[in-house]
Amino acid sequence: MNESYYLLLAALLFTIGGLGVLLRRNAILVFMSVELMLNSVNLTLVTFSRTVGTLEGQVMAFFVMVVAAAEVVVGLAIIMSIFRSRRSASVDDANLLKY
Amino acid sequence: MPTDIPSPELAYAPIAPLLIVFAAALVGVLVEAFAPRAARRTLQIAVSLVGLVAALVTTVLLAGTEELVFNDAIAVDGPTLFLQGTLAVLGIASVLLLSERSLDASGGAVVARAAVLPGSREDVELAEATEVQTEVYPLALFSLGGMMLFPASNNLLLMFVALEVLSLPLYLMAGLARRRRLLSQEAAVKYFLLGAFASAFFLYGVALVYGYAGSVDLGEVAAATGTAGSNDGLLFLGLAMLAVGLLFKVGAVPFQAWTPDVYQGSPTPVTALMAACTKISAFGALLRVLYVGFGRAEWDWSPMFWAVAILTMVVGGVLAITQTDVKRMLAYSSVAHTGFLLVGVIALSPQGLSGTLFYLFAYGFTTIAAFAVVTLVRDSSGEATHLAQWAGLGRKSPLVAATFAFLLFALAGIPLTSGFMAKFAVFTAGLEGGATALVVVGVVMSAVTAFFYARVVVLMFFSEPAADGPTVAVPSAYTAAAIALGLAVTVVLGVLPQPVLDLADRASRFVS
Repeated sequence: MNESYYLLLAALLFTIGGLGVLLRRNAILVFMSVELMLNSVNLTLVTFSRTVGTLEGQVMAFFVMVVAAAEVVVGLAIIMSIFRSRRSASVDDANLLKY
Repeated sequence: MPTDIPSPELAYAPIAPLLIVFAAALVGVLVEAFAPRAARRTLQIAVSLVGLVAALVTTVLLAGTEELVFNDAIAVDGPTLFLQGTLAVLGIASVLLLSERSLDASGGAVVARAAVLPGSREDVELAEATEVQTEVYPLALFSLGGMMLFPASNNLLLMFVALEVLSLPLYLMAGLARRRRLLSQEAAVKYFLLGAFASAFFLYGVALVYGYAGSVDLGEVAAATGTAGSNDGLLFLGLAMLAVGLLFKVGAVPFQAWTPDVYQGSPTPVTALMAACTKISAFGALLRVLYVGFGRAEWDWSPMFWAVAILTMVVGGVLAITQTDVKRMLAYSSVAHTGFLLVGVIALSPQGLSGTLFYLFAYGFTTIAAFAVVTLVRDSSGEATHLAQWAGLGRKSPLVAATFAFLLFALAGIPLTSGFMAKFAVFTAGLEGGATALVVVGVVMSAVTAFFYARVVVLMFFSEPAADGPTVAVPSAYTAAAIALGLAVTVVLGVLPQPVLDLADRASRFVS
C-alpha cells in the first residue's frame, strides 16, 4: 500500500474545498466547502498516523470532528439568522459593509 | 505500532487562571438557565468580574513559574503569564463596557433577542423595551478562556482547539448589535466564513507538520527541524499554512480583509474585546510557534514574514487615510499596528520578544479605551461613527474629545505616551536583529499613520460642529471605569514605562 496516494487525494479534496470557498456564492455551500477542507485534513492526519507510526494522528482526527461539529452549530445559526432577515444566503448580497 | 497511550500527569495549579475563567463561564451558563430573569444581569456581571479578577490574582501568584504541564501540551512561562494577566485585565474592561446601559435609551449595546427578525414588529417593540440579553457574558468568558489558552499552547492540536474556543463565541457576539442589526449580522457571516476558512488552513498546516515531525508538540517539532535529511517540503508547506491561520487572526495583510467590516459591524464593546484581546492572544501564539517550534528554521520563514510585515504596515497605514468611519479607521490602524508588532516578532531575540509583549500590553489598553470613547458619541440612531459627525466635538465635550485625542496620539506613537515607548521597544529590537529596512519602513509608516490620527484631532477641535450633530452621552460608572483604566495605563506607560518594561523583560523567556 502506498500512502502517498492518500495524501494526494487529501490534498486534492483540500484544494476542491478551497476553490469551493472562493467560487461558490451561497453561504451554505461555502460552509460545506470549509467542512470538506476539514475532512481532507482528517484523511491526511490518519494517513500520517500510519506512516509515522503513532496514534496521535488518529486521536487528532477525533478532535477535529468535535470542533467541526461545534463550528456547524455556530455557523448554521449565523447563516440562518442572516437568511431570515434577507431572504437570501448569497454572500454577494451581504454588501452593506464596505469602504 | 504502539497500542498503549500513557496517561498524562495532570498538574492543575499552573493552569488555575484558565480553569477559573472557564469555570466562571460555565457558572454563567447555569445562571442563564436557572436564575430568574430580573436577577440575571447583576449575577452575570458579578460572576464575570469575580472570575476575571480571580484569574488575574492567580496569574500574579504564579509569576516566575516555568514549566510544561499536561504532557507538555501547555507551557506556563513568562510570556504565557504576562499575556494571561493582560488578557484578564482587558477582559474586565470589556465586561464593564458590555455592562453599560445608560448610553442607549433602551439599554445596552447588545440585542435583547438575537432570533427576532430585524425590522419586524416584534423587533420594533423590543427596541423600545428595556429587556436585556445576558448570554453575552458567558460567551465573552469562553472567548477569553480560549484567548488565555491560545498563547499557552505548546502543542499544535491544543492550539487549534484554543483557536476555535476563542473564535466561535466571537463569531456569535459579532452578530449581536442592538442597533444596525443587518450590518451586525453581515459582519458575523463574513467573520465566520473567513475565520473558518483560515482555521482550515491552520489545521492542514498542523497535519503537515505532524507528517514532517511525527508529533505536534512544539518541542519535538523544533528537534525535528534541527535534523538534516527530513522532508523539507512538508515543513515549508506546513509552516506556511500555520502562518495563514495565525496571520488571519492577527489581521495581517493579505489576510486583513475581514478586519474593517467586522470591526464596523460588531457592537462596539465586542469590537473593543476583539481588537484588544484577540490580537494579544494571537500574537502570543504566533510568537510561541515561531520562537519555540520553528526558531531553527528562521531562514526559511523570515523572508515571507518580512514581506507580510512591510505589506501590513503600508496597506494598513495608507488605507486608514481614506476611511470616513471612525471604527473602520481604527480597524485599519489596528492592521498597521499588526505590522509594527511583526517587526518585533521577526527579530527572533529576547529583546524582540519583550518589546512585542510590551507593545501588546500598551496597545491593548489604548485600543479598548478608544473604542469605549466611540460608544459615547451618539445620535438618534445609535452611535455616530461617521467622521464628519465628529467635527467640532471639542466644543461640545472638551473632556471626551481631549481623551480621544490623547488616545489617538498614543496610537500614533507621540512621545510621552505608551505608544512611543512601545514602538521604540520593537524598533530597537528590529535594529539589533539586523532588520534595518523593516525599521525604516516602520518609521515612515508611523509618520503616515500620525497624519490620519492628527486629521481626526484637527477635525474635533478646529472645525465647526454641525447643527444637527451627535451628542456626547454621559456614561455610567462602567464605561467611565473602562476609559479611565485605559487612559491611566496609556499615560503611566508613557511617563514611567520602566516597571512594565522590566516585567516584560523578565517574562521574555519561553520554556521548551
